[in-house]
Amino acid sequence: MAATTVEAIFSRTCGKDVHAGDVMMVPVDGAMIHDITGPLAIRVFQQMGGERVFDPGRVIMLFDHQVPADSIPAAENQAYMRQFAREQGIHNYDLHEGVCHQVVMEKGRAGPGEIVVGTDSHTCTYGAAGAFATGIGSTDMGFVLRFGALYFRVPETIRIEVSGEFSPFVGPKDLILAITGDIGADGATYRALEFGGETIAGMSMAGRMTCCNMAIEMGAKTGIVPPDALTWKYMEERRAISPFRLESDADAAFCEVREYDAADLVPKVAVPHNVDHVVDVTEVAGTRVDQVFLGSCTNGRFEDFLEAAEILGDRSFSPDVRVLIIPASREEYLKVLRAGLIERFVEAGALVEAPCCGPCMGGSFGLLAPGEVSLSTSNRNFRGRQGSTGAEVYLSSPATAAASAIAGEITDPREVS
Amino acid sequence: MRVWKFGDDIDTDAIIPGRFLTIYDPQELARHAFEGTREDFAAQVEPGDMIVAGRNFGCGSSREHAPLALKGAGIDMVIARSFARIFYRNAINTGLLPLICEQADAIDEGSTIRVDLEEHVVEAAGKRYPLEPVPGFFREIADAGGLVAWARTLEEVELCTGSRS
Repeated sequence: MAATTVEAIFSRTCGKDVHAGDVMMVPVDGAMIHDITGPLAIRVFQQMGGERVFDPGRVIMLFDHQVPADSIPAAENQAYMRQFAREQGIHNYDLHEGVCHQVVMEKGRAGPGEIVVGTDSHTCTYGAAGAFATGIGSTDMGFVLRFGALYFRVPETIRIEVSGEFSPFVGPKDLILAITGDIGADGATYRALEFGGETIAGMSMAGRMTCCNMAIEMGAKTGIVPPDALTWKYMEERRAISPFRLESDADAAFCEVREYDAADLVPKVAVPHNVDHVVDVTEVAGTRVDQVFLGSCTNGRFEDFLEAAEILGDRSFSPDVRVLIIPASREEYLKVLRAGLIERFVEAGALVEAPCCGPCMGGSFGLLAPGEVSLSTSNRNFRGRQGSTGAEVYLSSPATAAASAIAGEITDPREVS
Repeated sequence: MRVWKFGDDIDTDAIIPGRFLTIYDPQELARHAFEGTREDFAAQVEPGDMIVAGRNFGCGSSREHAPLALKGAGIDMVIARSFARIFYRNAINTGLLPLICEQADAIDEGSTIRVDLEEHVVEAAGKRYPLEPVPGFFREIADAGGLVAWARTLEEVELCTGSRS
């Protein structure tokens, strides 16, 4: 029987035909916990009678939300997790590597056909590696640590077919914002979003990660790009792996198919206070901004900073704007550093911070006062997400963020270049 | 049992803001529930009160602090037109019952309501509105008092068995 990519992953794992709508206990290949949701998962694991985790080699631990520890309770949580990692023989990336989703990807800890869970809603990012990856709560994670498996309802799939070439200064973030605006904040609830078509085939891993990262903003259980030559190359650079076929059958049953032409897209902005309130940048151009955040698991990679640097050229950022540059990982930081971009950003007036979630965590640093406005390359603009509930957060691509940081107001990147 | 009425897309940052995520104690979390977006809630909520909301309640983060904060405030049930997926599972797992009611919008702020889980109905201001039954497996976990209690009865799990939803 014809299968979607997601059905094929569950069927492969279980060794039998599995279909959308099936509810079953399925073994997981990887389980990620971080400093915010990890301590509770460990306590639940112990309450469930857990003594040894199911497989320390499949547990991924790191700290990224409050690093270096910004309060004594944060320091205590991290110390508690470090101790657990030592006792259990879990490799702990600690605060050394960066934002969880970037680290899982670049360390090759999620791969095609694998089922990976994480106690963070943006775990769906690993769909860019061809994994079925989904965010879960700490209690579900406690269960996973104990038993190495979790109940899943195999989701139906919405196929997003993208053709055509992006115009200059338009890219993956504008595409996924446009899709989010169309589908809505709950339009894909309990479903998978599968991205395909010639534009996705020609898209970098970083761009695919941006798209999969935001699947949750439509309520989706995961986003996924079926693995192709680029995916396998990315994986082979990170671990020993043999390619195999994994894609939806030609006659697979999608619950919906949506088609996009990348050439039709313009720079997009999500306006306060919902991610699906998406408009063309021209509609909000001129809005004053107090802070611009370039980074996060959505857009904190080398090519995002390169895009920003190309807009910046030899100009300076507006002195009225606090520009926060936060590469998503140590590896990405080094790429940005070695390309000379850090020096350029600092010269232009930006603050460059070590890899972490930054203002998107909404409680660590880079917070907004009532009445302030932020433009951010991250994934959420909920009221209070980056500080005061009286502040406003807009979301955009790195190009739009850079153009706006120069002008001190939301600016169409096509105007600045 | 008074109703606290909320609209669509109530996100987990609203239920419990990011700056309180180093807290894990439900009672302490409850003191900060809806801080900044609905100040009267934490001050006036009483055990047994109920939340009634629109579509996509609990969207956003996977933080279990959200259902825990509501539990800590003495809320045992949330009725909404629909729930975000991760919140729904977290609620079931932590013993907060999420109930789907297509006509939730018709229930007013401050009204007194009664939920009948056997009849799958909620009564408010003399009117009765149907509730969707909690699906089989989730009901099993809810009846056990949450996933921890359910898991404590297991020695091991049987893989790749299941049912159709």
